[in-house]
Amino acid sequence: MTSQSVATAAYLVAALLFILSLAGLSKHESSRQGVLYGIVGMAIALVATFIVVADAESTGAAGIILLLIAVAIGAAIGLWRARVVEMTGMPELIALLHSFVGLAAVLVGWNGHLEDNFLTGSLEDIHNAEVFVGVFIGAVTFTGSIVAFLKLSARIKSAPLMLPGKNYINLGALAAFAGLTIWFVASPNIGLLIAVTIVALALGWHLVASIGGGDMPVVVSMLNSYSGWAAAASGFLLDNNALIVTGALVGSSGAYLSYIMCQAMNRSFISVIAGGFGMEAATADDTDYGDYREINAADTAELLKNASSVIITPGYGMAVAQAQYPVADLVKKLRERDIEVRFGIHPVAGRLPGHMNVLLAEAKVPYDIALEMDEINDDFDGTSVVLVIGANDTVNPAATEDPSSPIAGMPVLRVWEADNVVVFKRSMAAGYAGVQNPLFFRDNAQMLFGDAKERVEDILREL
Amino acid sequence: MSDGQQESPPAAVIGVVAESSPGETRVSATPATVRQLIDLGYVVAVESGAGAKASFTDEAYVEAGAVIAPAVDVWHSGIVFKVNAPSTFEIGKLADGATLISLISPALNPDLVEALAQRPITVLAMDAVPRISRAQSMDVLSSMANIAGYRAVVEAAHVFGRFFTGQITAAGKVPPAKVLVAGVGVAGLAAIGTANSMGAIVRATDPRAEVADQVASLGGEYLAVDVETEQSTDGYAKATSEDYDRRAAEIYSEQAADVDIIITTALIPGRAAPVLITAADVASMKAGSVIVDMAASNGGNVEGSVAGEAVVTDNGVTIIGYTDLAGRLPTQASQLYGTNLVNLMKLLTPGKDGQLVLDLDDVVQRTITVVRDRETLWPPPPVQVSAAPAAAGASTGSTGVEPKPEKQPMSTERKLTLIGIGVLALFLVNAYAPEPLPEHFTVLVLAIVIGYYVIGKVHHALHTPLMSVTNAISGIIVVGAMQQIAADDAAIRTLAFVAVLLASINVFGGFAVTRRMLSMFSKG
Repeated sequence: MTSQSVATAAYLVAALLFILSLAGLSKHESSRQGVLYGIVGMAIALVATFIVVADAESTGAAGIILLLIAVAIGAAIGLWRARVVEMTGMPELIALLHSFVGLAAVLVGWNGHLEDNFLTGSLEDIHNAEVFVGVFIGAVTFTGSIVAFLKLSARIKSAPLMLPGKNYINLGALAAFAGLTIWFVASPNIGLLIAVTIVALALGWHLVASIGGGDMPVVVSMLNSYSGWAAAASGFLLDNNALIVTGALVGSSGAYLSYIMCQAMNRSFISVIAGGFGMEAATADDTDYGDYREINAADTAELLKNASSVIITPGYGMAVAQAQYPVADLVKKLRERDIEVRFGIHPVAGRLPGHMNVLLAEAKVPYDIALEMDEINDDFDGTSVVLVIGANDTVNPAATEDPSSPIAGMPVLRVWEADNVVVFKRSMAAGYAGVQNPLFFRDNAQMLFGDAKERVEDILREL
Repeated sequence: MSDGQQESPPAAVIGVVAESSPGETRVSATPATVRQLIDLGYVVAVESGAGAKASFTDEAYVEAGAVIAPAVDVWHSGIVFKVNAPSTFEIGKLADGATLISLISPALNPDLVEALAQRPITVLAMDAVPRISRAQSMDVLSSMANIAGYRAVVEAAHVFGRFFTGQITAAGKVPPAKVLVAGVGVAGLAAIGTANSMGAIVRATDPRAEVADQVASLGGEYLAVDVETEQSTDGYAKATSEDYDRRAAEIYSEQAADVDIIITTALIPGRAAPVLITAADVASMKAGSVIVDMAASNGGNVEGSVAGEAVVTDNGVTIIGYTDLAGRLPTQASQLYGTNLVNLMKLLTPGKDGQLVLDLDDVVQRTITVVRDRETLWPPPPVQVSAAPAAAGASTGSTGVEPKPEKQPMSTERKLTLIGIGVLALFLVNAYAPEPLPEHFTVLVLAIVIGYYVIGKVHHALHTPLMSVTNAISGIIVVGAMQQIAADDAAIRTLAFVAVLLASINVFGGFAVTRRMLSMFSKG
């Protein structure tokens, strides 16, 4: 039994634990156990690899120390970021973490070329092609995630970049990749490797830059998938089944998650993974929607006191204003008065799949009153009051009623069927999709302007 | 909510007319629904004696706030509620610009639709309500089927010469009656529940295997048609269907010889009802057995049934073919029909101000509108079901309107072709690639499939934790980087060092943040 065979066996155990981990994560009851499986699996994989590396003659004491230092620094940074990150900042963190996997895959690919591989003939050709695939996917993931991170943290503008002929740019990059790969297989040299890295970096940047900020949930989940494929490609290169299995698990589950979200937004999956499915620039809208009506916090509180059932539909605005805590207090107060309170959560509310659920959980809102769109959409009719907090496009009746609207066909929360709708909003500006929302002008809708957190706190005082 | 409506036009009058069809016992509004209509802002006028057959007196209507008026005035109301479709004579009694709401069966009565379109009126067909969840509260066919299913059992029990329930008495042992319900739609389920509560042994058949749970939940036993469904790419589908029909017929024959009561509910509006019980099956039944054919109005599921009548066969089997089962419970049927109408009026009265507003952009309102101002709007455009995948497979009861098949995103052939090409490509890769590529591909493909299935049922609220845990797991690339640190080359070591560091951030940070998130999720 060599250290290598022990490692191979350990990788199998780790892969199984990862599968259990993902399976566990699909239900609330088993989710914590799922994370535990993942941690144990990762620990086994790391220890097994460490034994192999320490066993190898070329490593030496310097190599072992270097390895431990790298892991220690990485662990320290990772744990620190995980502890201090705000739940509202989760999308940025996850996007940034994806970029690390991408960059690591690029570096592993480069090393794969630099290392002597003692391969000849067709095996060497395959090895070279694997280097290219790994570097390419890794680099696309890297820059794509960086752009997503910058957009999510509002360091760059989130509007989609509209280069002329963007589809040809993407296709051209793919063709260049294919051509460079063939060339590299024929005559490997470092110049070509640099070239393909640059092409991939540019492609990753362009793919995500041309997607509008409103579609970020899908982008993040798509990058999650890409980072998995990057790991799988490295597995081919390094002849390591643990990487292939794990990478493919992450890749396919991420892709499926993106697919679910695309369906929720009524978008074509293919056009998403190909990038650049951003909204058309919003056309100037001169339609006269009539007048909207304003309401103040005191009247809203009065409305809530007299309600028998209340549904709250949160959106990104709630996250921005950090309003989840006062909202949770409001829920508690209303429930004490025997008013039925539920949350209606649109699949793409926020900037990350499930973003709203995480925020509400942070504020200790029980998860069984946070319902999905399909679960709650038929209940708006007959609900006394709906509070729309920082959501806009996800409650826009134009999506169902106006076939010419840019968001036509997107399933939305039908809040307008309730008796009263109170919309918390900073101003009358349009939502991310740049579409005016006729909801605001409905007879049963009233606007409560200002910072969502302050307004909810005002209502709490009135109650 | 704004209560101050100034200068609002006078509230519309809803006229509740008496039914003219012979044998019709129902009425389109009850005192209870009248109150709800008045709450919506309407004035309600009821024709004198309209509710008499359903045990609602004129006094009860007055107490609820309605006005009792002579027939001429009621027919002249702005909105007329009715149960059955109007006769030609009655159409003439409607005022110009009136709205008539009743059962119409527009698909079966093109002449009636044409006659209605001669007048400047609006006609809404209650039996055309689309089968979408939002419109369930207005679905007359469901509410009537429920009553009919109950009544079918009661009719059978009335004719049947024995107890339903098994008893051991001083006078000897009584075996329980055995009931077979064919077709598990709304009516079938109601019949199963009723027969079971009376103590009978209940069995049920239906082509849709997924109703088995519903049958069990009401205390029945589901008889599956167990045919090996050998699916093949070429034309075996028809043969399978023949196998299926043969096996189903065998089950009916076996059951006919065994059970005491059969209730058939396989009714498809607009088409002849399928024959389920043949004359030979009826002949094999014991004397004194009862069959209730709820599809008798459309030709019947039973050979020998006569619509509207109960017939006794030579071997002493009673076949009941009543077509007015729901109407035999007039009070109940009126109440449910009236409530369906109230729910429709809620939809049509957005302002709750007694003003009927018909919004033809709304799917439900568009679908039920048969005629508007001399313009025939039947048939309506097909109802678009939302993109939710769960809704696509939703099937309705066999008694109800069969939904039009959903538009498939991809035809089966095309899907199979694509899958075939994919599988062939993988086969070729594995067959021709040198070691160790085939092994890696095998692992890759299997892992992809596992990833897809594992994630398939993920709870919506857990998307973020799932993503951060997969992110941590994809930090497994650290394993590759660690191996490269072993290389005896400064450049490689440096790159590997950076890669290990980055991937470690991922592994540790990803798991830690997931744990932090999950610790926040709590149940109320």
